[in-house]
Amino acid sequence: MRRLLWPLLVLAALLAVNLFFTPSFFSVEMKEGHLYGSLIDILRFGAPLILVSLGMTLVIATGGIDLSVGSVVAISGALACLRISEDGGVLSAVVLALGLCVLLGLWNGFLVAGVGIQPIIATLILMVAGRGLAQLITDGQIITVNSPSFKVIGGGYLLTVPFGILLVLVVLGVTAFLTRRLALGVLIESVGGNAEASRLAGIRSRGIVITVYAFAALCAGVAGLMIASNVSSADGNNAGLWIELDAILAVVIGGTSLAGGRFSLGGTVLGALIIQTLTTTIYSVGVPPETTLLVKALVVAAVCLVQSPKFRDKVFRRAGPRASSRPAAEEKVRVTA
Amino acid sequence: MLVVAGLAAATLTGCGGGGGGSGSGGGDGSITMGFSQVGAESGWRTANTKSVQESAKAAGITLKFSDAQQKQENQIKAIRSYIQQKVDVIAFSPVVESGWDTVLKEAKNAKIPVILTDRAVDSKDTSLYKTFLGSDFVEEGRKAGKWLVEQYKDAKDPVNIVELQGTTGSAPANDRKAGFQEVVGADPKFRIVASQTGDFTRAKGKEVMEAFLKANPDIDVLYAHNDDMGLGAIEAIEGAGKVPGKDIKIITVDAVHDGMQALADGKINYIVECSPLLGPQLMDLAKKVVKNESVPARVVTEETTFTQEQAKTALPSRKY
Repeated sequence: MRRLLWPLLVLAALLAVNLFFTPSFFSVEMKEGHLYGSLIDILRFGAPLILVSLGMTLVIATGGIDLSVGSVVAISGALACLRISEDGGVLSAVVLALGLCVLLGLWNGFLVAGVGIQPIIATLILMVAGRGLAQLITDGQIITVNSPSFKVIGGGYLLTVPFGILLVLVVLGVTAFLTRRLALGVLIESVGGNAEASRLAGIRSRGIVITVYAFAALCAGVAGLMIASNVSSADGNNAGLWIELDAILAVVIGGTSLAGGRFSLGGTVLGALIIQTLTTTIYSVGVPPETTLLVKALVVAAVCLVQSPKFRDKVFRRAGPRASSRPAAEEKVRVTA
Repeated sequence: MLVVAGLAAATLTGCGGGGGGSGSGGGDGSITMGFSQVGAESGWRTANTKSVQESAKAAGITLKFSDAQQKQENQIKAIRSYIQQKVDVIAFSPVVESGWDTVLKEAKNAKIPVILTDRAVDSKDTSLYKTFLGSDFVEEGRKAGKWLVEQYKDAKDPVNIVELQGTTGSAPANDRKAGFQEVVGADPKFRIVASQTGDFTRAKGKEVMEAFLKANPDIDVLYAHNDDMGLGAIEAIEGAGKVPGKDIKIITVDAVHDGMQALADGKINYIVECSPLLGPQLMDLAKKVVKNESVPARVVTEETTFTQEQAKTALPSRKY
């Protein structure tokens, strides 16, 4: 919990900035029979990023990285919209799209664990080729679908709450249960710590690695459906573009080490929320588009610095500076979701 | 690298000088055109490609077509190969603005005229190409602004405008913003209360519009730099319980099929066309430059604007 303190503070600070510029920022009201407000927007538009980041967290925990998730997002949305525009069967389209995503994830896992290619290269293949595949599916066009039931996934509501948020809660709950209540999380961390030693200790590290890549692709697939559903159209060129970088950033802000061996799901969710809140803040406050990227970079740099115990010790020079940082590093990771 | 390019240019000069006479001076009217397209990144671009291919066929021009897949080096390769094949005229839509001098000099030395389509190059030596055929993005912005001024000419109250810009730094985004600003900026009652980039995509258009709606409770007009961002924004407006086209008036640019449909449905109020169908004009220009007739250095694509009524009539016969 202590490790999540700084990301939490940053999130609170960002929200406070909004309150200053937009006094009604925290108000959530009922409109058209559903919840409506800036906070809901942050959760709703942040939902795809949270999903992709959850998958990325487990991949990074095994010491890997998955650059292909953005392309998988595009493929998933493209295939689903193509099927729906052809015969209108939403369920079959969703199943087909997610099935293909799992296959693509298995391919990534096979390249990494089966063939032994470095993860960054193995997934770079699908990152480049996958974008092309998405464009091939959509024929370079934007496919518009008019299906109320498909619209529910990313733009609909269940019991006044945006469906996407509920979907994220379910995926988060299942992931947290599998990795923290069952042994899977420990196995993943063990593979990330030392794959060879884990294998010798009797863990099927190859199977674990393939599973996490498939899971990451599945998460990306669901995110792709959400993004496509939200605007009722598939855009093979732009859907999920650079989302892999945001996801990696969310994971890192959340305190998961890029070296693998440990992870924090709660931290990742916070990280993704910080990124989305930052984006929304930039729109609401009215930062000119030319300086948007600079503002983002400054905030991210500040977040990373403030999270570094060494940096804090140097800057704040508290009486017992080292005492505060060391236990935090050794603290057992707990799920806070 | 420079030496190689220089040698290539020298060799090509030799070849081109010999072949130029037989290639274009045939007098039988058959023209070969080499066309290098940017890529196939959008529906607009695909319609552009189709238009060029179809009108080449209709005009009896043999077309050698290549797709650069958004890469300048592919485009330079394609142009070099057209020079070697001694085509009569080269046309291309430059992926980026700079870095064309060397290859265009090679074409000039080979006496092959070059026509730029859709996008310009920043070369100082304008003799390197015959003409530039494409849309005037500033004029598109002005057209959008003029319609708005006309609509609100009797209004006394301030008009709150939000703007969804294209990709930051791209020519259409800069120019459409500037043209619009130029027209509405003349009257202080028009106030642009928020302006952000939506990257020309529906998803971003929706996300940014959601934020606009919360930060500015009183929006009268939305000006989006393309149809797709406008379509995304429509969903955001509907989600906020407002009626797009009535509570918030919407002006967009492009006139792609989905945008025209929304215009006909009354969700968009006005669309300024940015036509990809420049094929026929390109073929006319090609015939002229091959015959060595003089052409204007800048040719603007024939474009129009659409109101809701005009959209209903035009929609059935739209090609894209």
